[in-house]
Amino acid sequence: MMLDGLARIGSSVRLGLMALGISARTFFELMIATGSLWRRPRLVSDQVHFIGNYSLVIIAVSGLFVGFVLGLQGYYTLNKYGSEQALGLLVALSLIRELGPVVTALLFAGRAGTSLTAEIGLMKATEQLSAMEMMAVDPMRRVLAPRFLAGVIAMPVLAAIFSAVGVLGGYIVGVRLIGVDEGAFWSQMQAGVDVWADVANGVIKSAVFGVAVTYIALYEGYCAAPTPEGVARATTRTVVIGSLMVLWLDFLLTALMFS
Amino acid sequence: MQFPRGKVIAIMGGSGSGKTTVLRLIGGQLRAQSGSVTVEGQEVASLNMDGLYRMRRRMGMLFQHGALFTDLSVFDNVAFPLRENTALPEEMIRDLVLLKLHAVGLSNASPLKPAEISGGMARRVALARAVALDPQLIMYDEPFAGLDPISMGVIANLIRKLNDALGSTTILVSHDVHESFMIADYVYFLSQGRIVAHGTPAQMMASDDPYVRQFVHAQADGPVPFHYPGHSIAEQLGVAGRS
Repeated sequence: MMLDGLARIGSSVRLGLMALGISARTFFELMIATGSLWRRPRLVSDQVHFIGNYSLVIIAVSGLFVGFVLGLQGYYTLNKYGSEQALGLLVALSLIRELGPVVTALLFAGRAGTSLTAEIGLMKATEQLSAMEMMAVDPMRRVLAPRFLAGVIAMPVLAAIFSAVGVLGGYIVGVRLIGVDEGAFWSQMQAGVDVWADVANGVIKSAVFGVAVTYIALYEGYCAAPTPEGVARATTRTVVIGSLMVLWLDFLLTALMFS
Repeated sequence: MQFPRGKVIAIMGGSGSGKTTVLRLIGGQLRAQSGSVTVEGQEVASLNMDGLYRMRRRMGMLFQHGALFTDLSVFDNVAFPLRENTALPEEMIRDLVLLKLHAVGLSNASPLKPAEISGGMARRVALARAVALDPQLIMYDEPFAGLDPISMGVIANLIRKLNDALGSTTILVSHDVHESFMIADYVYFLSQGRIVAHGTPAQMMASDDPYVRQFVHAQADGPVPFHYPGHSIAEQLGVAGRS
């Protein structure tokens, strides 16, 4: 009985390590394939358009509402201490350091990540990837690498748009609706936000999230069982693993950057 | 198994007999656990990725359901191997693609998307794509599956004509006896991963081999049993042994 239990634990550890090894090898192959894309920039620009442009609406609308909420919550908290003049700074730092990269990455996993997984998974299920291999075209270079690079490029841009629209949302609620002083709102923000410590770290965070989420989405699609059920499960895994990975990486990066 | 140049060789057998596996072994998508696969004197298992891709440039393969790229038009699907594997100018690619599509009767369908054409037309587009690089070896995986009788006849004739026009070798995996025997020079019958019979279509039609007879004459029972092996229905119902 006890030996059976040990065998089961050993088997799951072995399978887990094998999956990790396969994933690491695929990532390495993808990096090499991505290096050859400079010869075909059109493949990447098409995917940036597909991944980035189609995520734009959900990112912008979410950014606006998050900005609204930050404006309201920030005002009520700061007002207790008579510091409502710092509302602009609070909204900007919250968005640039944390909410912009993190919420964008979570939305990106749900919108573009699932789309990538389903697309690659269905290409596999309908033998399109096999057909490509038989035409002497490497799917890793032709299909996966351009999507990967496009995701890594699109994520910081989308996060910047999220933060910009969020600041606008905070301005509308804080200044236009509640009546915080407009000059204080913008000047505190200008004085308190540091380009390197805040903005650059936010950009680095979103680029790291871009690598993680896009790779998870592509890997899940590429390794999906070639059945409708297999593609459905892979799509779900993309959202679950992608979201958890973003939150874990956020903690790690925040600890490294702001400790 | 041998596949001489200029011949159309059919590999036949029931589902799960290993027909598609043979194609994947030849194309290098699977590695043989034992034995060897040689294409134009080269051992496939010994090739590295570059060598494998060089070999595949001389091969064409039509997949069971066409495997057309759904985001590309009919034209772009056929142009795909030319754009990826050659440095030909776009004008020449355009002419070549239209000629290939004309050969399968679909030059006027070039702007359509795969979702806008019928299953038979999709199979013809996939055929045009498979021969886009004028391959020396063309492999067809169930090219007649799910087609109406007219489309089946059209595809069968195209397979033979393209083979003769290109002077290439054709390997045709199928379980459609009539169409395959009509165009094949030689036939291999597989069952559970083994060759159970081989010969010309005429020899196979006259064969006394029980497996070939069952297959060619579409008999429900024979060496391939109708019932999945296991307990008898009486045992399953719990009435075995009762009088």
